[in-house]
Amino acid sequence: MRIEQNLRYLREKRKKGLIIYITAGDPDLETTEKLVYTIAEAGADVIELGIPFSDPLADGVTIQQASQRALEKNANIPKILATVKKIRKKISIPLALMTYYNPVYCYGLERFTRDSQKAGVDGFIIPDLPLEESEDLRNIINKSGLALISFLAPNSTLERIKAVAQKAQGFIYCVSVTGVTGTRENFTPQILEMIEKIRLYTDIPLAIGFGISSPEQAQKIVKYADAIIVGSAIVKLIEDSQKNLPIILSQVNNFVRSLKEAIT
Amino acid sequence: MNKTLPDNRGYFGKFGGKYVPETLMPAITELEMAYQEAKKSPEFRKKLDYYYRNYIGRPSLLYYARRLSEKLGGAKIYLKREDLNHTGAHKINNAIGQALLAQQMGKKRIIAETGAGQHGVATATIAALFDFSCAVYMGELDIKRQALNVFRMKLLGTEVIPIKSGSKTLKDAVNEAIRDWVSNVKDTYYLIGSVVGPHPYPMIVRDFQSVIGEETKEQILAEEGRLPDYLVACVGGGSNSIGLFYPFKDDLEVKMYGVEAGGIGLHSQKHAASLEAGRIGILHGAKSYVLQDKDGQIREAYSISAGLDYPGVGPEHSYFKEAGRVKYVSVTDEEALEGFKLLAQTEGIIPALESAHALAYLLKLIPQTKKEEVVVVCLSGRGDKDSEVAIDRWEAKL
Repeated sequence: MRIEQNLRYLREKRKKGLIIYITAGDPDLETTEKLVYTIAEAGADVIELGIPFSDPLADGVTIQQASQRALEKNANIPKILATVKKIRKKISIPLALMTYYNPVYCYGLERFTRDSQKAGVDGFIIPDLPLEESEDLRNIINKSGLALISFLAPNSTLERIKAVAQKAQGFIYCVSVTGVTGTRENFTPQILEMIEKIRLYTDIPLAIGFGISSPEQAQKIVKYADAIIVGSAIVKLIEDSQKNLPIILSQVNNFVRSLKEAIT
Repeated sequence: MNKTLPDNRGYFGKFGGKYVPETLMPAITELEMAYQEAKKSPEFRKKLDYYYRNYIGRPSLLYYARRLSEKLGGAKIYLKREDLNHTGAHKINNAIGQALLAQQMGKKRIIAETGAGQHGVATATIAALFDFSCAVYMGELDIKRQALNVFRMKLLGTEVIPIKSGSKTLKDAVNEAIRDWVSNVKDTYYLIGSVVGPHPYPMIVRDFQSVIGEETKEQILAEEGRLPDYLVACVGGGSNSIGLFYPFKDDLEVKMYGVEAGGIGLHSQKHAASLEAGRIGILHGAKSYVLQDKDGQIREAYSISAGLDYPGVGPEHSYFKEAGRVKYVSVTDEEALEGFKLLAQTEGIIPALESAHALAYLLKLIPQTKKEEVVVVCLSGRGDKDSEVAIDRWEAKL
């Protein structure tokens, strides 16, 4: 509920939202906790925490490698939820868990929903769970108040856009390009077309993600939607300074601030 | 077993489905519609039959292995000789079928994943034949194990892209092929080589491979005047076995055995026996049995045979397992090597290490059979490609 409320509130104030992704457990969960505080402080409106999966087929190489590093440190659902609990004692920024369906299915759909809710999670983002396969989880989530975020892509048909829009919760994750996550130089006019089509069916907040890596791009793209999502570019900063926590925190802080400024 | 599966959501019982990112949903819907159209088209059937006969060399022989049968001292053993197909394995049956489909859909570029390289070679072959540009994803480890097939693909004009991530085998090659597909979905056709992946692939690949079982049925009726008592085939992703089994699924008197790769042994975690030792999960777009750890991370599979080295299995096999229609068993690397040698030395046929798993199971099955019974084994591929692996393992013992 809070994800959608926050983004709608921003829209009423004629402001744009900033959604930041990091992989939980990269380089370790203590750092993840500190990063969440830093990112929230720097002006993010929603944070996505990635639960690492061995075979992240919607992700480009940056997030694949981050997932691998997190798995090597044994990050898993119970440990990540314990970290969320700690975070919740200090700050209230909306948090979404992003992962693939197998770890969730393996943990148990009801147990995952219940434990996430208890820990203070606000929503789930599961890229390999399209509308057609989401009914089981959706039925459980609907009783919990959590949001199951849906995706739409530039090649989604009108029929699919309509079906997804009807069930959408939180926001719709609008994929900027047909491709995997990772930084990109250029975006096509297809984004605007996609957004216009979605707007025919719903007024739920729309967030554009995949490939946004600089304040300049953020500024250009955000005008089409209610929010932007930045992941790989942040994960890259974390990757580049793996062993130096103060540097990671200051670089992420500066970068998130520059994104926030660009979209304000 | 009489209903037609998968259902309209792509499920075989509770297995299958389409667990793919949104970007791929339009692509698999497009594929499904193109396939339904092709299935109804006599023109498509005619073309397929033409290439089956004139290019692959079908029907493949059903060969009575007299010396092998005598040596094992039980049922009569027949070999379905998919190793005699053009390119040396059953993979070409599916590659030709999907190439015709890609052509009908107007695609210009084909991508594929490969483990042992047999599917890669089959895909590179049809890409040359039908003038597609072609890229094949292959794990770095498999590239080392299957140098001959890598060379063949390159010679055929295909780009072989090495995968350095994860276990550097088939699973990672599939991930990378899917990423390519997501990124180039408009003009690219993803030619999956086994009965895995999101719906409609498990159905399409099964249908194109069913020629194995359909021919077998006709041939054994002509030869023996009755259906076989047993069918035996190896199972990695499971395409040659589904191809053999599917046309017999409603003939309940035919017992069917799917042989998985036991690697070092099922106790060791170094194996590829998803059906025997895995749990239900979601991998590469479908719900099926999957090798995974307690957190749902996909385990690295292991087998001496690159073509069986996959931590998942086709959803229809999971369905056959739960329905009790097929019995799934496994043999170890060592046993497979015995099967490899056994066929070479009794019949003068060198089998692929994949098929050698099915042959090795005969050593366990035949003692329980009667002389008047009939077994058909799918000899899914020839073994030339495996010479180096076999040399490494037991040159000293020969």
